[in-house]
Amino acid sequence: MDWLTEFPELGRRDLRDFRKGIDEGFKSFTREYGENIENFFDPLLQFLIWLERLLLATPWPLFILIVAGLGWLASRNIKIVIGSAISLFLIGYLGMWEDTMSTVSIIIVCTLLCIGIGLPTGILMSRSKRAQSIITPILDVMQTIPSFVYLIPVVMLLGIGKVPGLIAVVIYALPPMIRLTNLGIRLVDREVLEAADAFGASSWQKLTQVQIPLALPNIFAGVNQTIMMSLAMVVIASMIGVTGLGQPVLKAISNQYLAMGLLNGMAIVALAIIFDRISQSYGKRLQNYRGGHDE
Amino acid sequence: MSDMETKIEIKNLYKIFGNDPQSMLEKVRGGVTKDELNDQYNHVLGLSDINLKMPAKGLQVVMGLSGSGKSTLIRHINRLIEPTAGEVWIDGENVLAMNEKSLRHFRRNRASMVFQKFALLPHRTVMENTIYGLEINGMSESKAKKQAAHWIDRVGLTGFEENYPSQLSGGMQQRVGLARALATDADILLMDEAFSALDPLIRTDMQDILLDLQKELHKTIVFITHDLEEALRIGDQIAILRDGQVIQQGSPQQIVLKPKDDYIADFTKDINRGRVIQLKTIMKAPNDQPGPELPGEMLVEDAAQLVTESPSSQARVTNDAGEVVGVVGINDLIRAMARPDIDSRL
Ligand SMILES: Nc1ncnc2c1ncn2[C@@H]1O[C@H](COP(=O)(O)OP(=O)(O)OP(=O)(O)O)[C@@H](O)[C@H]1O
Ligand SMILES: [Mg+2]
Repeated sequence: MDWLTEFPELGRRDLRDFRKGIDEGFKSFTREYGENIENFFDPLLQFLIWLERLLLATPWPLFILIVAGLGWLASRNIKIVIGSAISLFLIGYLGMWEDTMSTVSIIIVCTLLCIGIGLPTGILMSRSKRAQSIITPILDVMQTIPSFVYLIPVVMLLGIGKVPGLIAVVIYALPPMIRLTNLGIRLVDREVLEAADAFGASSWQKLTQVQIPLALPNIFAGVNQTIMMSLAMVVIASMIGVTGLGQPVLKAISNQYLAMGLLNGMAIVALAIIFDRISQSYGKRLQNYRGGHDE
Repeated sequence: MSDMETKIEIKNLYKIFGNDPQSMLEKVRGGVTKDELNDQYNHVLGLSDINLKMPAKGLQVVMGLSGSGKSTLIRHINRLIEPTAGEVWIDGENVLAMNEKSLRHFRRNRASMVFQKFALLPHRTVMENTIYGLEINGMSESKAKKQAAHWIDRVGLTGFEENYPSQLSGGMQQRVGLARALATDADILLMDEAFSALDPLIRTDMQDILLDLQKELHKTIVFITHDLEEALRIGDQIAILRDGQVIQQGSPQQIVLKPKDDYIADFTKDINRGRVIQLKTIMKAPNDQPGPELPGEMLVEDAAQLVTESPSSQARVTNDAGEVVGVVGINDLIRAMARPDIDSRL
């Protein structure tokens, strides 16, 4: 009864060959196309660098003012505005301004990418059952696979640097954007859509005038989640060369610098809270029309 | 009303819901009933061999209980639902043969719709909702707003242009629905239980608004309801639907006076007949007794009031030219108002 207690494993040699086969295959793929892929991402890199320089060149009072202004426009809430300004000031006062600017720039680029990819994908998913049945499992994998696992091929392909870091962050932060866009559009009232049909709206008119506007609160929840998740990913991404608040944290771990770790960690938290409050209250304001008296 | 021009003609229309409606069609044509189709074949018979002519500039009511196929029927007129078989002719054109583009053109310009649950765009204001159909049709915003303002005024919502639907009561929301439908200037108005969700008083209000508008607009209105009172009050023509079939059609008077079967008789027995029956229907040959002269279209209930108040015990009935064509005694009026089951016991 050996076969019951011994698992029928692949032979040790075969297993090694199997792994080696995959590794070799991927390596030769990298040798073949690595450069092309790098070139493909070059504009992204240039944009990221440009944005980072821009933020660093912006006088700090102006930056704080801009954030406060955006906060006011989005939330009309003075507490959020003052809180954001004070946190930013403290971050700078405690010597983390530059790293924060790097992090902010990567978050901005990542969020834009996630919206750019996630919105159309989510719309596609909402319009076709087949697309949904194909994309959903992919999103499941993206959300559950340990992030270190996909760092490996990304690094093999593109080396250490900003772009692979960015890709890792996007893979991690993209799913909620897609899911919530899809959900938001699917939740749009059937009767309202029927009315649009009855008045002769084309699919495009329905999408832009009815479905997306009504899905906006959900889409915004997706943007918010995406921002939160990319901030969470910043520390891991710094392992493969993303500059910003993650790197000091990493350094603090390996050298047991408690205060340094804590401070940079707190800065990430502060950024998260600022982004979150601003985007959430904007999302809420988008739903103002739902409130009303009675009903 | 056979002298009236037909605007919408529905011919041999069938709708079967389910996986294989085409093969069920033969069975339905062969006499399988709605219940049998449901129990034995797991398909739902929505509509079965509907033939209807709806008069131009008239108000056609389609009445039936829940599940009788009213919504399914009205949605075939602008083809929100595709039929299993049959034709829908409007102005000599088969709606079911239109391609996508001409169907969109038809929906934008020739038929607009009002919905039971309003189906307003919640993220748009009253004004933005009202211009919706115009906007889809590519009209410039300023022109659309001007046009819409007129209809907002006509339904009595001036001053609420910037409100969102959630800030309005049900009756007001449906006024927006009505304004939105009227704004496109389509000459067909489809109303699917448009007033059913409203309180009785507000419902009567809305009926009045509709009748007022109709007096001057002369649209072809298809009005769905499950409420006989409403049907009799506003309909020029009524078609009664049961289990996806038209079981009787005619004027309100014909329905009340000559219900085709017990099902309809049951419906009509609690109706205030005095508000449906006209003098010319019950008048007798003229005599030379005195009495107030009343038009033949006057309702029995109104006439009874006038005759009671006058010193004589009868009314003289006149035609459109004002000539006396008959008389109606006070007893005739009372008998006309009595319920038929009481009538037969006398
Ligand atoms: N999409 C559908 N799939 C299956 N059956 C349907 C569908 N739409 C309607 N039906 C069935 O067709 C029949 C007619 O429905 P319809 O909605 O036209 O009735 P109605 O007269 O408008 O009723 P109500 O007063 O409840 O609105 C019902 O038996 C209903 O269950
Ligand atoms: Mg219905």
